Amino acid sequence: MQEGLAFTPQLSASNIAEWLWLVPAVPVVASGVIALLRQPKRKLASGIAIGSLCFSLLLAFVAFGHVLSGWSQGFAVREVVNFSWIQVGSAQVELGWVLDPLAAVMLVMVAFVGLLIFIYSIGYMAEDENYTRFFCFLSLFAGAMLGVVIANSILLLFMGWELVGLTSYLLIGFWYQKPSAAAAAKKAFLTTRVGDVFFLLGMVWLFAQTGTLLFYDHGVGSLEPLALGGLLVHHAAWGLTAAGAIGLLIFAGAVGKSGQLPLHVWLPDAMEGPTPVSALIHAATMVAAGVYLIARVYPLMSAGAIIRPFVTASGSTPALIVVTWVGASTAVFAALIAVAQNDIKRILAYSTVSQLGYMMAGLGVGGVAVGMFHLITHAFFKALLFMGAGSAIHGAHEEQDVRKMGGLKAAMPATFATYAVGMLALCGFPLLFSGFWSKDGILEAAQHWSVARGPFYLLVFGALLTAFYMTRQVSYVFLGEYRGHGHPHESPRVMTMPLAILAFFAIALGAVGTPAWPWFRGFLENRAVPFETAGFSEPGLAALMLTSSLVVLSGLGLGWWMYGNKSTKAEEPDALEKAMPPVWAVLRNKFYVDELYGATVIAFYWWSAKVADWLDRKVWGGIVAGVALVFSGWAQLNRFLDTNVVDGGFDKGCEEIATSGGLLARVQNGRGQIYLRLLAVGVVILAAILIWSGRQ
Amino acid sequence: MASPLTGYLLVAALIFAIGLAGALTRRNAILVLIGIELMLNAANLNLVAFWRYGPHPEALTGMIFAIFSIAVAAAEAAVGLGLVISIYRHAKTTDLEQMNRMKG
Repeated sequence: MQEGLAFTPQLSASNIAEWLWLVPAVPVVASGVIALLRQPKRKLASGIAIGSLCFSLLLAFVAFGHVLSGWSQGFAVREVVNFSWIQVGSAQVELGWVLDPLAAVMLVMVAFVGLLIFIYSIGYMAEDENYTRFFCFLSLFAGAMLGVVIANSILLLFMGWELVGLTSYLLIGFWYQKPSAAAAAKKAFLTTRVGDVFFLLGMVWLFAQTGTLLFYDHGVGSLEPLALGGLLVHHAAWGLTAAGAIGLLIFAGAVGKSGQLPLHVWLPDAMEGPTPVSALIHAATMVAAGVYLIARVYPLMSAGAIIRPFVTASGSTPALIVVTWVGASTAVFAALIAVAQNDIKRILAYSTVSQLGYMMAGLGVGGVAVGMFHLITHAFFKALLFMGAGSAIHGAHEEQDVRKMGGLKAAMPATFATYAVGMLALCGFPLLFSGFWSKDGILEAAQHWSVARGPFYLLVFGALLTAFYMTRQVSYVFLGEYRGHGHPHESPRVMTMPLAILAFFAIALGAVGTPAWPWFRGFLENRAVPFETAGFSEPGLAALMLTSSLVVLSGLGLGWWMYGNKSTKAEEPDALEKAMPPVWAVLRNKFYVDELYGATVIAFYWWSAKVADWLDRKVWGGIVAGVALVFSGWAQLNRFLDTNVVDGGFDKGCEEIATSGGLLARVQNGRGQIYLRLLAVGVVILAAILIWSGRQ
Repeated sequence: MASPLTGYLLVAALIFAIGLAGALTRRNAILVLIGIELMLNAANLNLVAFWRYGPHPEALTGMIFAIFSIAVAAAEAAVGLGLVISIYRHAKTTDLEQMNRMKG
């Protein structure tokens, strides 16, 4: 996010920026419309979803073109549209959106990959009964994700972030009849919530410190120098500045969403959802939202460090150091686990976790462009891999265990060819594939990182493991003999076409980020980049490229040596298991992280629940029962008083009245003379009173 | 005994008391009617006496009043005797002790 010297900032909003809100709004509205459709309206539902995303993609391209033309004319485009949402006391809660190179690139990627996955879903979900519901959720997801991308207010970003989490929950649990899917959905939701709580805290703290929720607001936004300066002089605990502490809190949110250590546990389980969901949400876009968030608040994360934007970070901040170490450890940790998994989608899921670690480390050591470049290339080739895996699963009659697949190369040539491209891109096969360039960028930055060398070695080791486990997977799935049931068959064109398009980009995208022409980087960092082959002759670069190529090739070779073209039986133990049983056991069981959480966090909650239950039953329940008893006793007393005292008194009164009434009734005995006598007595009494009162 | 009025009033009161006693104590309905007539005439005597010794003896108000009262008493006696005859035809008696149905 460094503004180059030659570039003048351009802040006034153009028409395109004014209408940018349509990009997320249209898919959200589409999802609302689809929600109202009846189940049999399948074609209409997918039509609306794809149409709306096409529109978003078109707008995203227009916005991208706008930023691009500004960039080519030497402007640092950052157009913001802000408005006040609600007023709380004297504080304004402001929302808004921003159009800058970062958002533009991400918009195009999300909309484009999303669209391909939507199209692929037509084929993949063709048999599903709840087709309309699926497209409703997908549309909502796309809208929410695009909302996260354009947000200029941390609150708006958070709203999109939570919506994305909700749709992730809904889509993982799409086949909710499966208990494992329902459990995975719950796990994903709860685990990401842990990170989100920290994110929320960070947001509130940022608001308290800067008084604004906006990132950029003509000099007074929270990511602009004025606010950052204020955050830097304010010290939080443990020697951190407020900027560092808030950065770490926000990073905790990203850790949850992007499946970094120690909150990575939900992502592999999330593969219970339909494969397009795994591709779209849990590989290409949503999990990348964490990385994008860090890229978006990068000025905050790096505040206080002197960054030479175009080389590497020469100084770093505590927040960035944490980001780097977490990312690098995750990269290796998840890659190790991926080695020993047998579910085709789980291998890819751990690979995703590992690659997200690369992106985080890239952000930590090299800045926004390094991390974001890997994010974009990864989105394409990982979506490709997931959709290829979906195609293979489809072809092998819903079989997900790699040991029971095998030999699909002959039956599914299109899937195999595209999958191989994705696999080589993920491994970072030298020169030809985008993954090589983006991973190389991260490794180069890590090599020059001034703080520590550890992350560099971790990442190199991770690259070796990546090549190894991908070779293992491809050997199992596509080579050897078919070990499953039935006959494998190629998927329909509606599924293979998106694969081909993604495969093309998995190769071609590398062209915009080579050291000779680091166009992508220049675009994000607002500076012009000439094409010069001299880029390759930077000191150490050739050696690094050679090293990483050798690492990748040795990983591929090792994998080939252990798994290649050996038609192992499905029941036979894994080659690695035969070689190193104890290591295999640890990796197979994912380092026992789930078991650790089960024994600590879950057990703690279970016991707290037990204690709370006991308290509820015995203590609070006892108090309530006691109070109830007091009242019931009181009521009994009242009842006794009522029947015996009040009623008795009342009955007595009634009796008296009846008696006196009876007495009076005896006077009225029907004899006129008695009446007359009484009348006379009355007259006499009246006369006496009159005479008596006259006397006085 | 300053004024002759007192004498008239005493006589009237005496007649009224005799009438009242007769009306209240006699068991024969005819005798009760006679008692009532006595009381009425005691009242008439008072009316005439108050007129004669009142502030305007020249106007014949008291006498007219008494004549009206006598006329009304005659009508009332006729109604009363009619009732008595009717009751006698119904119950074959004029004994008031046995006429006790005049109650709720």
